[in-house]
Amino acid sequence: MAITEALGHKLIEMEKWNCCGVVASLTSDDLMHHLASIRNLIHVQDEGEDKVVVLCDMCTNTLKQTNLRVTESQDDLETLNEFMDKENEYKGNVTVIHFLEFLRDEVGFDVIKKKVKRPLKGLRIMPYYGCMLLRPAEVAIDDPEEPRILADLIKALGGEVVDTPYKIECCGSYHTIDQKDVTSKRAGKISTFGVDRGADCIMLSCPLCKYNLDTRGKEAESLIDGYHQIPVFYYTQLIALALGLDMEPLDLEGHAVDPIKILKERGIV
Amino acid sequence: MSENNNIEASQQETNDDEIKSGFYEIYVMGKRYKVPIGMTIMKAIEYAGYQFIRSCGCRAGFCGACSTVYRKEDEQKLNFALACQTLVEDGMYLVQIPFVPASKAKYDIDELKPEENTILSIYPEIARCVSCNTCTKSCPQDIDVMMYIQNALRGNIQKAAELSFDCIQCGMCAMRCPADIKHYHVGQLARRLCGKYLDEKSENLKVRLQEVLDGKYDKEIEELMTMDPDKVIEKYKSRSIEAAEEGKA
Amino acid sequence: MSTTSKKRKEIKILEKSDGKLADEILELSGENVYGCYQCGTCSSGCPFIEEMDLTPDEVIRFAVLDKKEVLESKTIWLCASCYTCAERCPRDLNITKIMEALRQILLRKNIDETQITELTDEEKKKIPQLAFVCLFRKNIG
Repeated sequence: MAITEALGHKLIEMEKWNCCGVVASLTSDDLMHHLASIRNLIHVQDEGEDKVVVLCDMCTNTLKQTNLRVTESQDDLETLNEFMDKENEYKGNVTVIHFLEFLRDEVGFDVIKKKVKRPLKGLRIMPYYGCMLLRPAEVAIDDPEEPRILADLIKALGGEVVDTPYKIECCGSYHTIDQKDVTSKRAGKISTFGVDRGADCIMLSCPLCKYNLDTRGKEAESLIDGYHQIPVFYYTQLIALALGLDMEPLDLEGHAVDPIKILKERGIV
Repeated sequence: MSENNNIEASQQETNDDEIKSGFYEIYVMGKRYKVPIGMTIMKAIEYAGYQFIRSCGCRAGFCGACSTVYRKEDEQKLNFALACQTLVEDGMYLVQIPFVPASKAKYDIDELKPEENTILSIYPEIARCVSCNTCTKSCPQDIDVMMYIQNALRGNIQKAAELSFDCIQCGMCAMRCPADIKHYHVGQLARRLCGKYLDEKSENLKVRLQEVLDGKYDKEIEELMTMDPDKVIEKYKSRSIEAAEEGKA
Repeated sequence: MSTTSKKRKEIKILEKSDGKLADEILELSGENVYGCYQCGTCSSGCPFIEEMDLTPDEVIRFAVLDKKEVLESKTIWLCASCYTCAERCPRDLNITKIMEALRQILLRKNIDETQITELTDEEKKKIPQLAFVCLFRKNIG
């Protein structure tokens, strides 16, 4: 919220919301798993708005896919509306966008560039997209094979972009619970590409990816010989740093791999 | 629940022409009875001749034992209520649910910390919630059950405790949940964590407890225990109803 | 979570069932597995290919040939639904949905992949809640 205010916009926080369900239902007959998302969209409708900005990648993907499903199929929408007999009907008019889309389309990266007070000069950042923002193509916020949005953001903040072919690979997602070694190896593979090309750190947008690359990546150090995990940043942390906002809510000490050292070395803090 | 084979219903099945005004027809597990208007479900079932040996408790809407599932004639929807609090209506199809076999996790409240993931790590099934709202619709106390489970999932222990405050542990929510969540146990954990770690401690209580431990009231209690019964009655009759002055408590 | 022997027994019972896999997949996902021409693009892009016992294109081949052993594979549970295969398939098959259909064939018969009571890791306290929601959504019916 502090970031949006610093950029001169205002976002209103939703009063009532529930867990979106994380994955969109993949079978043709399964409508129940769309309920959670529809309920959120109804809450947006009830509060009199027609657009919702979502912070989490997986939520964006789920809400967008659900929205698409009910706007394409009138039957599904009616069934869901009838099931939720105590709530208002969802009319299908809410637009869902991710915070990155908001920054790119409504604020504009050039506006962000002008407001940067502490450019991330000298910091070599590898952008990592993961899956949910880019696939399936109907709900992607950028090109699924060659996305640019995070790279453009990094340039606007004054940093250097390190491009890698693994920037769109899946991090392992929920396997962090039942098959955590798989996710550790994934984190190692993805980060190694960046390390080999001289990246200092990784910038990403999904909270689960961050947990997997950060915590599981640190565990990969014991699985792969000679491997060292580079620090992982959530994109809003770097934006806040560049805009010169208060560092305390960023919780930089809570990372598994210490990010402060590299920021000090590059003279950013 | 009543023992059908031991106690016979004192009312036989009614004929249509015997239905007089002033009576409603109800069906207890499929068997038809006529009962006077104006009774609670519990009283009506007892009027029909059943004796409650389960599914009956305080008869005051507080213990959650008498959960009832009913359907009205010509309707398809299932409704939930407490038998001791709800009046009978014409054409009610009734059944009692005396017990819900919901598993409760074992934990030591002294060893828990009120952190974001605490409730989730003790009851991980709350992550299965699909927000279908069936629990809220099954609650006889009109609690927003889905919302307090969502708050517990998010780690907002205080809000979960606040929203689940009226819960009487009847178990209807847990019976109907497609994700096998035990809502009332989750709510209880939230309230316990809140009460122990998050709510403000009562300073007056601490002071009074210390006074008791220091023996401030020992002499008075000793006197009362050895006093002549007539004198006790006299003392009781002449007690002051208003709060005592400061320092004389 | 590895398959327990009880689960193996239940799957063996399923193998005696009459329904053809291809038909069940069509009904659950709307995808026609006979459209696959085995080009291997899905497998080359799959992030978890090294851990899998059957590759994604082999899974589809098994479904076409109605070989029910595919239901015992580790592959369908390793799939994280990242949609990479679906995006790249030249025949426009949504392989993500096909994998989900195979999982659902088991889950809808009450054969769960994850038992909630078996999760005992201390790390449960630190992992973001959304991982749990996702895991249960995918592995429990």
